[in-house]
Amino acid sequence: MARVGIIGIGHGQFGRRSDATVQELAFEAFREAVADAQIDPKDIDGSVIGSVPEYHKQRSLPGVVQEYLGLNPVPTWLTEVACASGSAAIRTGWMAIQSGAHRLMAIIGCQKMTELSTPEILALMGRVGEVQWESVFGTTFPAYYALFAKSHMHEYGTTREQLLQVAVKNHYYGARNPNALFQKEITIEKALESDPVSDPFQVYDCCANADGAACVILASEDIAKKSKKPVAWLDGVGCATASMSVLRRPSLTGLPSAEEASRIAYKMAGVTAKDIKVAEVHDCFTIAEIMAYEDLGFCAKGAGGRFIEERQSYADGQTPVNIDGGLKAKGHPIGATGVSMTVEIVKQLRGEAGERQVKNADAGLTHNVGGIGQYCFVHVLRRD
Amino acid sequence: MFKWFGKVNFAPYTKVSEFANHLKDGRLMGSKCKQCGQESFPPRADCSKCLSGDFEYIEFSGEAKLLSYTVIHAAPTGFEDVTPYTIGVVDLKETGRLLAWLGDTISEDEIKIGMDLQVVPRVFEELEEIKVYYSLEKPGTTWSVGQSS
Repeated sequence: MARVGIIGIGHGQFGRRSDATVQELAFEAFREAVADAQIDPKDIDGSVIGSVPEYHKQRSLPGVVQEYLGLNPVPTWLTEVACASGSAAIRTGWMAIQSGAHRLMAIIGCQKMTELSTPEILALMGRVGEVQWESVFGTTFPAYYALFAKSHMHEYGTTREQLLQVAVKNHYYGARNPNALFQKEITIEKALESDPVSDPFQVYDCCANADGAACVILASEDIAKKSKKPVAWLDGVGCATASMSVLRRPSLTGLPSAEEASRIAYKMAGVTAKDIKVAEVHDCFTIAEIMAYEDLGFCAKGAGGRFIEERQSYADGQTPVNIDGGLKAKGHPIGATGVSMTVEIVKQLRGEAGERQVKNADAGLTHNVGGIGQYCFVHVLRRD
Repeated sequence: MFKWFGKVNFAPYTKVSEFANHLKDGRLMGSKCKQCGQESFPPRADCSKCLSGDFEYIEFSGEAKLLSYTVIHAAPTGFEDVTPYTIGVVDLKETGRLLAWLGDTISEDEIKIGMDLQVVPRVFEELEEIKVYYSLEKPGTTWSVGQSS
């Protein structure tokens, strides 16, 4: 199979962006990615937009983004699979180039989550689950992951402190990422003082809604090989699904979609979990990162709590994870997140991550989850 | 009348709307595929195994074991007045799972993963309109409006 390479990356400021429309946010990331790739935007033959429509007042987002980026008349389309929409955009770009229909594409994840009023957000929050049998009992997004956390704690003895150690690590690295929403370190003591959300979670176990955008330029193998910068090859592209309803899951201690997506991605790239030198995982809640260590095979099932306690996911540990702050500290503009993860891995592969640089980063991974694992995308990236 | 089901209902029209009528009469019903016999809870009109659309309701005992739970402090629209509330996911004795509130017969310090529970059909008696749901209670608890289940 021919390879598809990432030859340009761009990342805007994440946070409460009352200064910009969603297309203006997309433009910031796009401009940076085009400059980074050193290409003429006229050579781009299509774009894919990863975003979740219900947060925007503007309907049919790709139209307004495509116009604002000056990319008419080439094609564009939207991918939507909740918080994994950005990785779905990358996957469809990869598919479009592999098919031969496209050769050079801009993949843009963009989201404004602060356009909605608090009542509108609270109403949306009530419909994150399966609405026929679950939302009728007032389930929330944190509540589902709290069910996972309770189950994991009961089954494997994972502790409250281990959960918060994930948040402490991600804030530590967020403090070193100028694009992050929260650029300050926290302590377990401070986290334990935060308001309860859904037990065992308090505010510091949860990522925050944010506005933001990220962009990568995908190229066919022949175009990528002419790139002046080291190419990050998209060598493993795994995707899997699991039941919408928490009632039809085999267990509540992991995400079967993540296990399956990683199995596919590792096999396609011809690597194992041990070959991954740096990873970006979907830490929407603290337990989610611990389950990801296990689902991706960085440690054995049930050993995720000890993995963070022993600092194995720090930059100098066995498998560095979320060395840009993760969703927890960066903020989680849901459509942008998968692309943002990819931008960070490309930086690490190129050796451009500055004080956050991981040693010998020749293979990296992104793990982007939609909803409570209904969708999972795992991508393996490598440099030659 | 599936619009009767739940404090806030988002899916009033469904092929298994009779479920709510049964619940109002104190019966917890699952579904059984008439072609291949697959049983489901929550009930479903269409069989995921053989794809048949021919099903019947079967009564469940409501006997269950607690798989996980959480106390929700930050509530969505429509649930502000009952905050904080505890939801649990249970494995049903027959098949399938169910998510519901833990009811008054269980105090917070008694809750333990793996404990036996009884799913009890309930009516919101303080509301004028008909609103039904089910809650997770101590084994032996019977239907809230006094009729034995």
